[in-house]
Amino acid sequence: MESVKVLELKKVALKLRSNVLEMVGVGKAGHLGGSSSLAEITAVLYFHKMRLNPKNPLDPVRDRFLLSKGHAVLIQYAALVELGYFPREELKKVKTLEGLLQGHPDMKTPGIEAVTGSLGQGLSIANGMALALRLEKSPARVYVIMGDGELSEGQLWEAAMAAANFKVDNLVGIVDYNKIQATGPIKEVFDTGDIPAKWKAFGWHVIEIDGHDIPQIASALDQAENVKGRPTVIIAHTVKGKGFSFAENSAAYHNAALTEELYKQAQEELQAQMAKLEREGK
Amino acid sequence: MLIKLETKSLREAYGQCLVELGKRNKNVVVLEADLGKSTRTVLFKEAFPDRFFEMGIAEQNMASTAAGFALAGKIPFYNSFAVFASGRAFDQIRNSICIPKLKVRICGSSCGLSDFGDGKTHQSVEDMAVLRAIPNMTVLSPADAVETVMMMEAMLDVEGPVYIRINRNDLPIVTPENEPYRIGKIWELRKGKDIAVFATGYMVKKALEAAEELSHEGIEVRVLNVSTIKPLDTKAVISHAKGVKGIVTVEEHSIIGGLGSAIAEALRKEAHPPIEFIGIQDKFGTSAKAYEELLEAYGLTSKAIASTVRSLLGR
Repeated sequence: MESVKVLELKKVALKLRSNVLEMVGVGKAGHLGGSSSLAEITAVLYFHKMRLNPKNPLDPVRDRFLLSKGHAVLIQYAALVELGYFPREELKKVKTLEGLLQGHPDMKTPGIEAVTGSLGQGLSIANGMALALRLEKSPARVYVIMGDGELSEGQLWEAAMAAANFKVDNLVGIVDYNKIQATGPIKEVFDTGDIPAKWKAFGWHVIEIDGHDIPQIASALDQAENVKGRPTVIIAHTVKGKGFSFAENSAAYHNAALTEELYKQAQEELQAQMAKLEREGK
Repeated sequence: MLIKLETKSLREAYGQCLVELGKRNKNVVVLEADLGKSTRTVLFKEAFPDRFFEMGIAEQNMASTAAGFALAGKIPFYNSFAVFASGRAFDQIRNSICIPKLKVRICGSSCGLSDFGDGKTHQSVEDMAVLRAIPNMTVLSPADAVETVMMMEAMLDVEGPVYIRINRNDLPIVTPENEPYRIGKIWELRKGKDIAVFATGYMVKKALEAAEELSHEGIEVRVLNVSTIKPLDTKAVISHAKGVKGIVTVEEHSIIGGLGSAIAEALRKEAHPPIEFIGIQDKFGTSAKAYEELLEAYGLTSKAIASTVRSLLGR
């Protein structure tokens, strides 16, 4: 990937974090941690990899983006609004009776592909889509993002077996491996063990990457496209709350309200990161 | 009729209809959880192997996978025993399927006590109650093979999810073959002015038998087959409740949350005569060596219906 493109996608990721911050706002609860750990992955998928048609969100040959970890939907809204799927004013009305944007993915929102949020169901839904697309000989691909805490849901492993059984290769699973679940570190709360080894044992092609490294994300997605006859999962090592110093590697901002002071600090931190990228570009 | 019917087996009729729907619409796909020989989806598997998906013994995954198929434009039918199709995958039905109102068809086979030998773990006494409570869901309960065929034909056009509960055993035919059918229809199978009996599934036949018995005592029983439990034709229920001296509901299902509850809900704002519920009295099922013997043990007989009618009339 060219360095110009990398820089552009880094800026997109920052913009997405900034949109997430805007939606979290002051004094309202919002899933900051698990949304910001996905900023680079979302940026690469929506602004580089996926075949999209924002003018026709239901275009049959579009690639699908599903958040099985539906609570991180703010990062998806952040991308969809930049691509023009809905007006920017909606960001302020997130999770209100007046607004379009629900607390978890809902199909009233253009660009949302499935109802997720009750954890563990996204991979099954993605499998159904991928199998249906295969019947149609469609070139469309399905991307489904799971949480690492979510991997304790048994249904995900039913789906993992099914995908291998049906040799689903038009689907890519991505695990947001930030190592912290809602109430604390995974190792302490509910240890899901050797995650890459589990996926391998279930018959998947496994790629491990740094989930904040744009070229690594892009190359893993390209590699996945060339794996035939079995599904691919990308285990993306990430940092929960990435980009916000107070929230990084902390369960406290899984779903929390920001004070006026923290909100301001968060804005300044993003601005500083953006200024740094601007300097790199010169 | 969708198919030429030569069987009294609801599940055989169901399987044959699936094949016919598969011929008529290439978007029909079938998902199974290793019970295809019982549910009769094996017929579809033989006819359309590319559109048949054996999902293994994993009903939760099957339900959400069906949602994925529907989101990509297919019309999935997923199958298992009623108790697993509904209860094992409740949250998946609610969230993956019903919230987005997807065109998923759920077949709950071996419903009620009809899998008499397998006992309480395999018998479904609460499937209609749990699924009826979910917004957007349609709940169907055919009385025989003829009605099963009519429902399968009508079902393809329903927007949103549909649940159909299918009895495991051969049942006598009560549905007039040449009458028009629509989902929501309440069939008046016998006229009568004294008592209205609202029945569903195999219990429609039992109600007709009770009505015949009572006619010799000068009691006229109106027998209604309520095969669409939801959405219920409330107007028809209210109109049938007018002028009679009592109402009886009969179902092979718990008296909590099923047909009886639905009828009582429909009548709640109307002045109505007393209502008696015949059904499974807040109990699980049990194993038995024959279906009729089991129904008798749970009071699901024409005799029980007749005696309830008599007591409503003070006889």
